[in-house]
Amino acid sequence: MSHKKFTRLVSKTVILPQENIDTDQIIPARFLTTTSRGGLGRAAFYDWRFDADGQAKATNPFAKFEPESHQILVAGANFGCGSSREHAPWALFNYGFRAVISTKIADIFKSNALKNGIVPIEIPAQRHNDLMGRVAAELIIDLEHCKIELPGHWTESFLIDPFGRRCLLDGVDPLDFLQAREADISKFEARAL
Amino acid sequence: MSAKSLFEKVWDSHLVCEQTAEHPAILYIDRHLVHEVTSPQAFTELRQRGLKLRCPERTFATMDHSTPTVPLAADGSPVYASEASRLQVQTLHENCQQFGIELFGWDSPNRGVIHVMAPELGLTLPGMTIVCGDSHTATHGAFGALAFGIGTTEVGHVLATQCLLQHKPKSMLVTIDGKLPPNASAKDIALSVIAKLGASGGVGYVIEYAGEAVRSLDMEARMTLCNMTIEAGARAGMIAPDEVTFAWLQGKKHAPSGIKWEQAISQWQKLRSDKDAKFDAQITLNASLIEPMITYGPSPDLAMPVSGTVPKPIDEVEQQGLDYMNFSSDQPLLGQSVDVVFIGSCTNGRISDLRDAARILLRHKIHQRVRMLVVPGSEQVRRQAEDEGLDEIFKNAGAEWRLPGCSMCIAMNGDQAEAGQLVVSTSNRNFEGRQGKGARTVLASPATAAACAIWGQIADPRPFMELPHVA
Ligand code: SF4
Repeated sequence: MSHKKFTRLVSKTVILPQENIDTDQIIPARFLTTTSRGGLGRAAFYDWRFDADGQAKATNPFAKFEPESHQILVAGANFGCGSSREHAPWALFNYGFRAVISTKIADIFKSNALKNGIVPIEIPAQRHNDLMGRVAAELIIDLEHCKIELPGHWTESFLIDPFGRRCLLDGVDPLDFLQAREADISKFEARAL
Repeated sequence: MSAKSLFEKVWDSHLVCEQTAEHPAILYIDRHLVHEVTSPQAFTELRQRGLKLRCPERTFATMDHSTPTVPLAADGSPVYASEASRLQVQTLHENCQQFGIELFGWDSPNRGVIHVMAPELGLTLPGMTIVCGDSHTATHGAFGALAFGIGTTEVGHVLATQCLLQHKPKSMLVTIDGKLPPNASAKDIALSVIAKLGASGGVGYVIEYAGEAVRSLDMEARMTLCNMTIEAGARAGMIAPDEVTFAWLQGKKHAPSGIKWEQAISQWQKLRSDKDAKFDAQITLNASLIEPMITYGPSPDLAMPVSGTVPKPIDEVEQQGLDYMNFSSDQPLLGQSVDVVFIGSCTNGRISDLRDAARILLRHKIHQRVRMLVVPGSEQVRRQAEDEGLDEIFKNAGAEWRLPGCSMCIAMNGDQAEAGQLVVSTSNRNFEGRQGKGARTVLASPATAAACAIWGQIADPRPFMELPHVA
């Protein structure tokens, strides 16, 4: 998928303090019977948002937040663990999220997120705790400089896969990149196979 | 030449381009396994870009996830749980036809859960790189392959270029010394390892399993162990191939034969970690202390011996998990009323797993409250089980004998539990709602699951194993 460029995001947070939020929570398996990428925002955290009859739950953690202005999800450790389904970032993106922040984000989810326009950011526990205590804080995510800022309080650098970052900043598509290496791939096949 | 680990040997031999400061390594992929759930969007992408499949001969597909396991209708057609599922399977069919991929579909005697089917056909070989849009691809590491799950975008990358952009993971050596007691199984080892590492303890690593207990596992048990590596957060699990591996592979449909077989073996024998190979982390377990295990919370690392008492939650998250499970700390799980028992999945849906369960169930009936599904991992497993009469043991006990598929492992084909029900499952994940909204899952071995079905309660399988049994 070719991305829209992502350089800087200023938005408010939605907080999910739970740890180990797995991709079955992000999008339950029964919504995986789709054959296209679009429209999955409806299914994002479905069982957290709706009861068995499809009625909004009183405990819906997203109830008070407008997706347009709350594009940053702050979640407990080990976010995105479990199944490797890319439907998870598709659903989050379609719902409106552009960044996920945690102390630890599961490997496959991290790489899937980056490929789908969501910036996965791991920050130290102390900063994370601070964010957990602030409802709908506004953050600035500067992907160019790999910095996250809580204006008036602190700025923290974060590490991110440089290639994934480049792709987002420049709108480069990794498949184009791989295809451009065709000569290397053929050479490998001739040598090794 | 510096000492290398098994993982490094396989990694290095598949490097098309080394990692640089600008881009990850480009890794060549020997086998690409495809199923109906994580592939349609990748094929769409190929079509939109006007791309071909680079290596149809390296790509194999089956249908398992949203595929029904209930008997076929009278006219021989499958009975799908929803129109969406039917469409998904049909889309796979069309995509395979259009792009020239061999599909093990409804008409194939080899259809099955992708990680059960591929090794059976010898599609999984030592030293290969194997990927699939499914995190339990780690299973294939049992053969000394580097096998891991990828997302749908990457499925598209492999379809189009047979390559992946990958950062080199770190390596961890998990040594399991000593002898596994005869009444414990590979599933119990897996749950013990995950409990020790924690659900994120393996993040960023490829794990190599070694040690006396691992060497003495048969191939199916090795697959069970590698399969659940992902539940500790690791990318892949690997076991160095040995005589057990070679014996298992010989004669398999896609395994090399004749002179090629001899050549392959001499190559495969080199696939072991050098004596001085460096690992980024190491842990050791003593197999002789491993007992039948069970999980008590909605995360696979919350596991304990089945006869144990639920530990005190270490934080609020664990407390919430216990609340969801309707368990409290300091209580034993033995005796908890069980509603559903599921035997199957790519973790425990192979013939040895069905034999383990059947051995316990022989001459027993399952408890009247319990609904028990036995779902063979593949058509081959199903045939073998039926030849051995295992299906009769299950049916006589009161269980449902199903067609192969993922079934209640992921509960997206209509096989699922109801809210509040307690499920003893031989699959790999017990997340909230994984087996149906509000369903409570405990993970266990096939033997433990079968014992639970008989008692209608969480039960220890060991008393059943001590009875002399007639073969
Ligand atoms: S059995 Fe379960 S874990 Fe295995 S491939 Fe199917 S859904 Fe995935």
